[in-house]
Parts: sequence; C-alpha cells; structure tokens
Amino acid sequence: MSRLTIEKPWQRWLIRFGVFVAMAILTVPGLWVVLTAFRPNIEVLARPAVWIPQNPTLDNFARLFGLSSAQQGLPVAQYFINSLVISITSTIVAVVIGMAGGYSFARFSFKGKATLFLAFMLSRTVPGVALSLPLFIIWARLGLIDTSFGMILVYMAVNIPFTIWLTDGFFRQIPVDLSEAAQIDGCTRWQAFWKVEFPLARSGLASAAIFAFLTSWNEYALASQLTRTTASKTMPVGLMDFTAQFTVDWTGMSAMAVLIIIPALVLTFVVQKHLIAGLTFGGVK
Amino acid sequence: MTTDVQSLPQTRTKDRVSWFASPRAIPYVLLLPAIVVILSVVLVPLLVSFWTSFTAYNLTKPATLYQFVGLRNYQRLLTNGDFWWAFGRTFVFVTITLNLEMMLGLGLALLVNKITWGQRTLRTIMMFPMMFSPILVGFQFKYIFNDSIGLLNNALFDLHIINQPIPWLVDGTLANFSIIFAEIWMSTSVFAILLLAGLMALPKEPIEAARVDGCNPIQVFQHITLPFLMPFVYIAMTIRSLDVARAYDMVKIMTNGGPAGRTELLWTLMTRTGYQNSQMGMANAMGYVSIILSIVFTFYFYRKLVAARTFMGGAQ
Repeated sequence: MSRLTIEKPWQRWLIRFGVFVAMAILTVPGLWVVLTAFRPNIEVLARPAVWIPQNPTLDNFARLFGLSSAQQGLPVAQYFINSLVISITSTIVAVVIGMAGGYSFARFSFKGKATLFLAFMLSRTVPGVALSLPLFIIWARLGLIDTSFGMILVYMAVNIPFTIWLTDGFFRQIPVDLSEAAQIDGCTRWQAFWKVEFPLARSGLASAAIFAFLTSWNEYALASQLTRTTASKTMPVGLMDFTAQFTVDWTGMSAMAVLIIIPALVLTFVVQKHLIAGLTFGGVK
Repeated sequence: MTTDVQSLPQTRTKDRVSWFASPRAIPYVLLLPAIVVILSVVLVPLLVSFWTSFTAYNLTKPATLYQFVGLRNYQRLLTNGDFWWAFGRTFVFVTITLNLEMMLGLGLALLVNKITWGQRTLRTIMMFPMMFSPILVGFQFKYIFNDSIGLLNNALFDLHIINQPIPWLVDGTLANFSIIFAEIWMSTSVFAILLLAGLMALPKEPIEAARVDGCNPIQVFQHITLPFLMPFVYIAMTIRSLDVARAYDMVKIMTNGGPAGRTELLWTLMTRTGYQNSQMGMANAMGYVSIILSIVFTFYFYRKLVAARTFMGGAQ
C-alpha cells in the first residue's frame, strides 16, 4: 500500500505523530511501573510528584527475597519456583498432546472432524472464573487443592485447545507430498513424521510452546481459587499479597511485577514472528 | 490417504483390537489424549457445575450438594437486581471494548503500515501489552489511576489542568471509564498485529488496477482493502472472544467490583457469591450464564470466520 499512495509531507508528519502518540500510550504505563520498582517508597508518596528517580535503589527487590533487614520477606522465591514448575510441566505435556491432535486434524479426514475441532475451541471459551467453581468442588474432594499437580492438570486443559489450533495451522503449511515422498523412499509414516514433518514444524511448535507457557505463567483467575499457600501459589496470585484492606505496597508490587514481566518479555520477543504467522495462517488457509 | 495402509499392519481378526490398529483409527488415537484431558478437566467439571446450579449447595454445609432445588437458583437470578446490573454491564463492557479495540487496532495497523523505516521495531512495541498478565495490567492501571499518587493525576496537577484530584477509581462513572480504558490498552494490540499481518499480505495488483480505473483511496479501502481484511478481523475477534473473561483479573485488582458495586461484572459477582458468600449453587447458575454468553460470542465470530474463509477460497 505504502508504495502506491504518495502522501504530502504534512500527511506524512501526521502519520508519524499518530504512531508516536499510540506507541507512547502503549509503553508509558509499563515503563512507569518499572521506574517505580527502583524507587524508595518515600518518592512514590511525595508531593509534588517526583518524576525522575532521585535515589534509585534495589531495595525493593531485596525485600522480595527477604534480603532486607527492614521488613520480613515474602516467599517470592518460592512463588517463582512454583510458577516455573507448573508452567513448564503443563506446557511440555500440553504441547505433546496438542501436537498429536493438531497433526490429526491437519493430515486426516475422519468422521466428526469439524464437530470435534469446534468442541475443542468451545472448551477454551469457558471463562476461567466459571470453571474454577466446579473445579474447586472436585479438587477439594480429590485433595488436589493447593497442589502443583492440580494446577498442572488445569493448565494442560487450558492450553491443549489452542495448541491444537496453532499446530494444525503449522502442519497444514507443510506440503503432504514431502511426507509421501519419504514414504515412497521406504520410511514408515512414523519415520516420515519425525524426519520430515517435525523438523519443518519445529519453529511453529516452539511458538505454540511459548504461547502455552505464557498463558500458564500469567493466569490468575483459576490459580487464585485453587492455590492457598506457598505449596503451590504462583506469581500472579502472590502479587495480591501486597494489598491489604486499605493499603498497597506500590514499590514492592512494582518490583514483583518486573519479575513477572521479564520472562514474558524475553520469550515473546524471541517468538513474535512465528506467533503472528501461526495465528493468521492457522485461521486463513 | 492411501499411504496409511501400507505403513500399518493389517489385522485380519474381527475383534475390537483390530479397529484400533486399523488406519481408520489413527486420527482418533492421536486425538485420544487431548479428548481425555478435556473431558476430565473441562467437561466433567461443567457437568458438576450444571448439577450444582440446581442445588442449594453451600460451601460451609457439604451435605447441601445433594439438596435438589430445581430451578430455584435461576428463578432467583431472574428477579435479582444485582445480577441483571452485572449482566447488562458485562454485555455493554464486552460490546464497547471489542468494537473500540477493533477500530483502534485497524487505525493503528493502517498507520504503522504507512511507515517503512523502523516498522519491525514498531511491531515489537505493539506486542508489549500482549506480554502483560491481565493481573499486571490491572495493577498498573490501579497505580496510574490512583487519585493521590497516580501518574495521571500527578501529570494533570503539574500541568495545572486540575487543582483537585480526580477520583478515577472512586467515582462510579469514572471507574467504569478506567476499566474500559485498561481493557482496551490490554487488547487493542491483538487486533493491530493481526490486521497489520493482513495488510502486509494484501495483494498489490487489484489495488493498482482499481487506481488505474480511477478509484480514490477511500473507494479502494472500502471495496478492496476492507473485504480482504475481514477474515483477519474475524480471527482477531474469535481469539479475543475466547478470553473476554480475562477482564476479571484486571477488574478484580483495580476495583474489585466497587465502588458500591458500580463496576461489578458477571465474573466478579460470581466469585463473590461462590467463595465469599459460599453460595456455590447460585454462583454456578451465574457461571452457566457467563459460559453461554462467552460461547455465543465466540461461536458467532467463528461462523463469520468460516464464512469469510470460504469466501476467500481457502483450503478445506
């Protein structure tokens, strides 16, 4: 499009200005939280407002891990480990199971295919809060409340449908001829999959995995009801530890927010190209 | 798929095992683990939830799980003002945010598409809100909209626009504006990124032809660009309506339904009823209403997507 329409200079500047304003709105709130994570509490409460941090400090992070003498630490290190264990395990299982499903949808035609696909998608539609009510009842009876295993099971179910959708799209982009040629050359279908189709779909699978990881890493509605203590509480649930009835520990919360966002930031950056391709091709083609 | 046949041993016995080993069974066997997980972690709980919505189940009295009360929970919902307010507010909230996100996302995609230098960087910045957990988005805007220490009021003070703090999250109307703003901030990127991907895949020839034939830019946009983008719009709409309930996390931390229930959505009311007031039966009845609402939204856009895809002549 850009090469077809020639804008006048004032139009070009207007476009640049619009983009600048939009990008500012998208980035400033997050940057403000990051800045706050490095401020002493006094600066946050100061009036008139202090815009540029005068005394940057790492004390808020030290406080999270109980390294500061001023205040007893919260078990943030434990929350971090819980989050990692739950997210990574559920991601691996969801991707393996979802890949099998996605391959099945991409490569076979079978009875009830369209209905089954829709059923998977609809299962993803159920709001986490609404699902948390019966899961709370069942998990309580099975003794799965406040266990990592219980959360892993839940996140598997949350991530499988979307993994199926993404992998279905990735496998459909790989021509069937490649696998058929390999089979004519003497591979079994199983070998053809691992030697030809899997390597081609690998980058797509990686982005499906990262998407699943981020969903589990960021999830709050289910975790807030199905976890209770340091045994299984995840980072997003732990964030709420900083709010009392009428007071909020802004700097502590900001520091924890930074800890939650860093893995997400790195992973999204790594995978962004494949993710966009996966979402669009999975849908259009 | 004739190749299936040669790769698998053909069992001649006519027992049940032979069907599982036959090529016809492969797709089902591959899907079996996924089906088992979804059945046990989603479908069974939904059945429990369905049963519970017909009982007087109270968390503090476990025996009430078997106390069948018929449609009483649903009848009470229908006559409950708080429920209708929350339902109506949720519907309006979802409609306003989805539409604004779509329009703003389209606008942003069109703007960024015009910029050739540094477009990759811009796309990365656009993905920024998508990395945020909804709970973080809620926290961030709770901080920014805070009336005494928030970024927004501080800026307005220092620019001498206001003398009194504006109670963004304390006044009912402003609190609704604030949660809508936060939701739009969180999700406009989804539309912008997918629509930008659509714009970049836009074929050049029809546009050139139309311009040679004397179409002005508005006509080109209306008759070529927009129809081509529609499948992308529906993909984005489907993805978004899959998790509209993400807004729960955000509202929970920003206002928790307050002030005085003025930002109460179906989802916050549900958890309040179920976990705080222990009325699980009633909460599950609300849960079902919210599930149906989500399914209707998603199904509607999914159908549109399938129709648009067929119109585009895509495979399968």
